[in-house]
Amino acid sequence: MTMHLDFSSQGHYLIALLPELVLSVCAMVVLMAGVSKRMRNSPDRVTDLGWLSLLGILVAALANGWLYGVTEVGSSAMVAVDGFRLYANWIFLSAAGMSVLVSIAYVDKQKLQAGEFYGLLLLSTVGMMFMASARDLIVIFLGLEIMSIAVYAMTAMNRRDRKSAEAGLKYFLLGAFSTGFFLYGIALTYGAAGSTNIAAIAVAIGDGSAHTGLLGFGVALLAIGFAFKVSAVPFHMWTPDVYEGAPTPVTAFMSAGVKTAAFVAFLRVFFVAFDGVYAQWWAIIWWLAVLSMVGANLIALVQVSVKRMLAYSGIAHAGYLLLAIVSNNGTATAGLLFYLLVYTFMNIGAFAIVMTVGDQAERNQRIDDYAGLGSRQPMLGVFMTIFLLSLAGFPGTGGFMGKIFLLQGAMDANLVYLSTILVLTTVLSYWYYLRVAWFMWMREAPDADTHVGLAVPVALRLALIVGVAVILYTGIFPGSALELARAAAESLTSGRFLSLSAR
Amino acid sequence: MSGSYAPLLILLGVSVANAIGMVVVSHILNPRRPTPQKDMPYESGMIPLGDTRARFSVKFYMVAISFIVFDLEAVFLIPWAVEMRELGWSAFAAVSMFVVVLAVGLLYEWKKGGLEWD
Repeated sequence: MTMHLDFSSQGHYLIALLPELVLSVCAMVVLMAGVSKRMRNSPDRVTDLGWLSLLGILVAALANGWLYGVTEVGSSAMVAVDGFRLYANWIFLSAAGMSVLVSIAYVDKQKLQAGEFYGLLLLSTVGMMFMASARDLIVIFLGLEIMSIAVYAMTAMNRRDRKSAEAGLKYFLLGAFSTGFFLYGIALTYGAAGSTNIAAIAVAIGDGSAHTGLLGFGVALLAIGFAFKVSAVPFHMWTPDVYEGAPTPVTAFMSAGVKTAAFVAFLRVFFVAFDGVYAQWWAIIWWLAVLSMVGANLIALVQVSVKRMLAYSGIAHAGYLLLAIVSNNGTATAGLLFYLLVYTFMNIGAFAIVMTVGDQAERNQRIDDYAGLGSRQPMLGVFMTIFLLSLAGFPGTGGFMGKIFLLQGAMDANLVYLSTILVLTTVLSYWYYLRVAWFMWMREAPDADTHVGLAVPVALRLALIVGVAVILYTGIFPGSALELARAAAESLTSGRFLSLSAR
Repeated sequence: MSGSYAPLLILLGVSVANAIGMVVVSHILNPRRPTPQKDMPYESGMIPLGDTRARFSVKFYMVAISFIVFDLEAVFLIPWAVEMRELGWSAFAAVSMFVVVLAVGLLYEWKKGGLEWD
C-alpha cells in the first residue's frame, strides 16, 4: 500500500523527514557516547564510534529507500518527497559512509575527538539532506548553515596542526561572507516574487507579477552564493587552502558532500524557480563554467602537492557540472546526478590513498613522494590509478560515462562551445592526473624502505574496494544508476510543469 | 502599501537627526579648554593599560556561548508559552523536541566539563 502525504498535519513532516531524523538522533547518540566514561577509557573508542555512525547511516539509507513508496500530494510543502531528493540522499549517505570508513584510522592516529568528529559528520550530512529536500529558500538556507557550520568545525578539528586551524578560520570567514550574499539573494527574491516557496516563485515569474529588476539582483546574488559553495572560479579562492589544510578525511568528505549538496540545491532553485528568467541568468553560469574549467585545469597543471592538485581538480569538476545548470533540461539533470554519485566515490577514494601514503598523517603529499608506490604497494597503485583515470574521464570508468551524460544534456541545449571547452579541458587534465600515475609506476622509489611499511586499515580497505567497484560498475554498466537518475530528473521536470500549469 | 511603512521612515529620520544633532550641537556649543585629563579616552574612568588585544581565558567564551544558547531558548519559548493553549499539541510536540535537543547539548557540555570553571 502506498502512503500519501499531503502535509495537512504536521505529523506528515515527521514521515517525510525520516532519514534526516534518524541521522540527527544517531548524531546525538554518537556525541553523547563520545563523552561517556566507558567510551573515554576504551582503547577502541574511535572504531566503536565509527561503526555506530555507520549503523546510523545504514538505517537512514533504509528509511530513504522506504520513502520511495511514499507519494506526496501537491508541492506546497516546505520539503519535497521526490525522486530528485531521494537520489541526492543516496549520494550524501554514500559520502558520509565512505568518509567514516576512511577516517577511522586517521582520527585514531591523530587523536582527534572521535565523538565530536562523527557527530559533526552526521549533522553536516543532515544539513546536506535538508538542502536537497527543500522546496523553500529558507529551508535551503537552514540546511546550508547546518552543513557549513559543522564542516567549518571539522576543518579546524586537528588542534595540533596550525594549517588546520588556518584552514578552518579561512573557510569560516569566507563561508560566512558568501552566506551573506546568499541570504541577501533570498531577501531580494522574496521581495520580487512575494514568496520563498520555489514553486510559488516560478508561478510569480510565469504570470509576470514578479518585479523584474529586484528579481535580477536576487538571482545574481543567489548565483554568487551557490558559486562560492560549489567553488566555481572566480569564487574558488578558499578552496585550495581549505582543502589542503583540513584533515584529509574532512577534505574527502567535503569535496564530495558539500559540493553535491550545493549543486542539487543550485539546480532545484535555478531549474524550477528561475526557469522563467533563463534568458537573464544563463550567461552568468556559462561564464562561471568556462572560467572554472579553463582556470582550474591550467593551475592544476603546475601543482606539486597531490592534495592541492585534487583541490583544483574539484574546482574543474565544478566547472563541468555547471554545464548541467546552464543546459537547464532533464537530460543534463540526470547527468549531473549520475556524475555526482560517481564523483563521490572516486574523489573520496583518491583522498583515502593520499591518507594511506601519508601514513594517516599530513605527510608525503608531494607528487615525488608517490614515486615507486606502484611496485612497492601494487594494490594501492592500481586503486589510485583507477581513481585518477575516473577523475580524468577515461573510458571504462564512471567518470567517463558521467561526462558523456553531461555532454548529452549540453548538446540537447545546443551548448556547442561549452561542450567543446569541456572536452578540450578534459584532455588537458589528463596531464596532471596521469603525472601522478606516471610517478607511481615509472619512477623508482628513492629509498629501499619507502612505502614498504604502509598500513592499510581494514575499514579503509573496504572503502577502497567499494569505491573501485562502484566506479567500474557505473563505467561498464551505467544503466541502473542512470535509470534512477533519469527518474529523479523526471520528478523535478514534472514538478516544474506542475508549477507552470498553476499559472 | 507604502503608507504602512511611513512611520518607520519617520522614526528612522528622527533618530538619525537626533544622533547627528547631538554631536553637532555639542560640538558647536561646548567651550574648549583641553587639559591632559580631558584628553584621555575615559575622562573620569580607568587609566588605560596596554592595548586592547589582551588574551582572555577561553572559559569566558564558553560561558558566553552557553549564555547565548539558553538566551535564545527563552526567546523561542516565551512566545510559545504565551500562545500555548491556542497552538495546541502539535506546537507542544515541536517545542518539546527543541528542548530535548538543547538538553542533549547541555548534557554534553556538562559531561565534557564545560560547566566547570577550573
